[in-house]
Amino acid sequence: MRELALPERVLMSVEKPARYIGNELNAVMKDKDAVNVRFVMCFPDVYEIGMSHLGIQILYHMFNEMNDVWCERVYSPWPDLDKIMRQENIPLFALESQDPVRDFDFLGITLQYEMCYTNILQILDLSRIPIYSSARGENDPIVIGGGPCAYNPEPIADFFDLFYIGEGEVTYRQLIDVYESASENHLSRREFLEKASEVPGIYVPSLYEVSYNEDGTIQDFSPIKDNIPQRVRKQVVMDLSGAVYPERPIVPFIRATQDRVVLELQRGCIRGCRFCQAGYIYRPVRERSLETLESFGGKMLDNTGYDEITLSSLSSSDYRSLEGIVDYLCEDCKEKRINIELPSLRIDTFSLNVMDKIQDVHKGGLTFAPEAGTQRMRDVINKGLTEQDILAGADKAFHSGWNKVKLYFMLGLPTERTEDVEGIPELAEKVAQLYYQIPKEERQGRCTVSTSTSFFIPKPFTPFQWCGMISEKECLEKAASVREAFKRKPHWKSLKYQYHSPDVSVLEGIFARGDRKLSRLLLAAYRNGCMFDAWTELFNKKAWDDAIAETGVSVAFYNRERKLDEKLPWDFIDIGVTKEHMLREWEKAIAGTVTPNCREKCAGCGASVFGGGVCFEGQN
Amino acid sequence: MKARIKFSKTGAVKFIGHLDLMRYFQKAMRRSNFPIAYTGGMSPHMIMSFAAPLGIGITSEGEYLDIGLDRFIEPGKAVEVLNSVMTEGIRVLSFQILDESEKSGMALVSAADYLVRFSPCYHSLPDWMDQWTDFMSRPVCSVIKETKAETKKINIRPLIYLWSLPSDTLRNDAEHMIFMQTASGSRNNLKPECVMEAFCRFTGNPYSQDDFRVHRLEIYKDMIINGTRYLTGLDGSRCKWTEESLS
Repeated sequence: MRELALPERVLMSVEKPARYIGNELNAVMKDKDAVNVRFVMCFPDVYEIGMSHLGIQILYHMFNEMNDVWCERVYSPWPDLDKIMRQENIPLFALESQDPVRDFDFLGITLQYEMCYTNILQILDLSRIPIYSSARGENDPIVIGGGPCAYNPEPIADFFDLFYIGEGEVTYRQLIDVYESASENHLSRREFLEKASEVPGIYVPSLYEVSYNEDGTIQDFSPIKDNIPQRVRKQVVMDLSGAVYPERPIVPFIRATQDRVVLELQRGCIRGCRFCQAGYIYRPVRERSLETLESFGGKMLDNTGYDEITLSSLSSSDYRSLEGIVDYLCEDCKEKRINIELPSLRIDTFSLNVMDKIQDVHKGGLTFAPEAGTQRMRDVINKGLTEQDILAGADKAFHSGWNKVKLYFMLGLPTERTEDVEGIPELAEKVAQLYYQIPKEERQGRCTVSTSTSFFIPKPFTPFQWCGMISEKECLEKAASVREAFKRKPHWKSLKYQYHSPDVSVLEGIFARGDRKLSRLLLAAYRNGCMFDAWTELFNKKAWDDAIAETGVSVAFYNRERKLDEKLPWDFIDIGVTKEHMLREWEKAIAGTVTPNCREKCAGCGASVFGGGVCFEGQN
Repeated sequence: MKARIKFSKTGAVKFIGHLDLMRYFQKAMRRSNFPIAYTGGMSPHMIMSFAAPLGIGITSEGEYLDIGLDRFIEPGKAVEVLNSVMTEGIRVLSFQILDESEKSGMALVSAADYLVRFSPCYHSLPDWMDQWTDFMSRPVCSVIKETKAETKKINIRPLIYLWSLPSDTLRNDAEHMIFMQTASGSRNNLKPECVMEAFCRFTGNPYSQDDFRVHRLEIYKDMIINGTRYLTGLDGSRCKWTEESLS
């Protein structure tokens, strides 16, 4: 039987020891001597969060389908275990084999949010892999990053040997082949990295040089050799129905954050909200066929024993066979007593009908994301949702028995005015009013309208990538004025308001649009003890402030408004959507002009270069 | 219809807590399409209950799970079907259709057998066996039990029904260990960890949970035959041990 990496004594002294033992249902065991490549996939956060991530399950399944590769998993040890591992010099290990991460060929780290960056350093440090890629030797694993934050990898570029830009299903096989042939031919690490840079979608940061202007902006960014590509194009799966999907996802013993079967309906979004990075980097929209989903859904439920299935996508209402898959599952579910979860719906009559089908009993909360308080502001961000849509949706929902509504907004959006800020509590009040217009006998007690605001963070590859981000002080002022305005509303007793912490948002802003100079800040913060920064109770503001002071990093520099002709750190990445389109969208945003969605009218964004998806719907 | 499942839990899965084990079995039932019965009402759930929850870190070869059945399933078939969906470390050992009059395992539990294995540092204590025998020969062993409501002193010695220092004839390994049968259930309950803590206090050694590995062998219910009380395994098997065979 497997020997566990952690002694019994240690496992008995930490919270949830099951995080570290592996061997869950559908976890893959192989003979390590029978494979050529050992890959360990990491989600740099705690087990329960990492296990909820679909992307890792897909890649885990894909790699383990390959006979020459064994893919395992590793997550961030929680601070209790982290402390013991440091004290007792226990190296970080992979869950399946319980072997040290250091012994692997590849360490793949998924980059889902900026605030997990210090955890990357924790993973490297505990694995005893040199933190800077430049310090790694021939026997260290190749450290590769991927996921949404890889679309601006520069702040963490010094810590990685490779980045994979785009969807992992496409060229990982090619990369593994390059690695195997490099091993056979006894190529050096450096020689392998050069060969890897020829694989589509692979970015090798050490093969590029950056020079800066006096004001700190980028002067030049270019490869150090002629054979290294100038630009790296993202990889996209064009036949989603034919792509690998985990028919046997791993089922954790302990409850994960997302503890259910996840069925991915489609990738991408036709809407083009101007603040939303996902809406641009995953273009063009590609749907999975209804038949594929039916087949996967059934198999995954059978192979896991889950009693819940969630239909996942950026905007599920835009999936054209939504009713089909819901009907199919409902039919299946009656027999098997399975719950269907359907997040990311736009609230209209159609969606409410669909929701009625799946929620016979439980009428819990309903979530709307108007994102901005006035129509003008919503037009600026291209959130094609009118006040009437929201109120009509809420009214229908209230009449069909819901009495809890959540509203999501952003503060600090470009061109934001006082009335836009005040529009947030106003809209919440209007929603509450609708509820109390329903005769007392027909409604179910009081309603709760919970409003939550986050601060707008400009992200790369959006039309707002040039915008400034408001300072922490401005953030707090805006949130305070919203809170005050809420108190003056007639139905204030039914209205709840909360806002995201501005200090974390400001840091997220820095790293989202940061450059290579930021690696020093990250390392300083990590050395000061920062980890799990996305966890409110573990976020250490003082340690971050100290790190900023020590390294002399200017928050204002990174969160400033960028000039339109400035070289941006992520310009070398080609997402298909052109910079010209982003500029056009930015101009339309300032003018408050809405851009129709991809199905209404093609905006010529450039994503058609991939030759499929929504760009070519109905043309065959 | 009701049934009782006997299973073992060994290896790394001993770190899975009781509630997670419940969720594990619920999923296993779904995976195997098992004819388990559900409660009625607005949110139906599987009819399923453990006889005696096992603490984290403890292994067992005698765990019991009672379930409701939707329809009859042949016991041999049930074992086979369930084992086809188990993960490493959890095995279904037997399956019994219960009489309708049989009470739930949880209500029946009266005693349990344990093996307590010693960590290497205790092996080196030369006279621990004598000390143990001495410890067991005293009629009173007081332990302070703290509950939310009160702190009370109880004598745990009468709750240790049987004990022995198994030799190689009983177990194939020559590990240092103690066999004990203690009271279990809602009326009287004595965990082997509590006994070992008291023993450490008795010998003047510091107690650490890590020094002992607990393994449950069997869970018993009371059976009164002709006015005499016997222990019977929850699966109906007779208790293997008698005072004579152990000494």
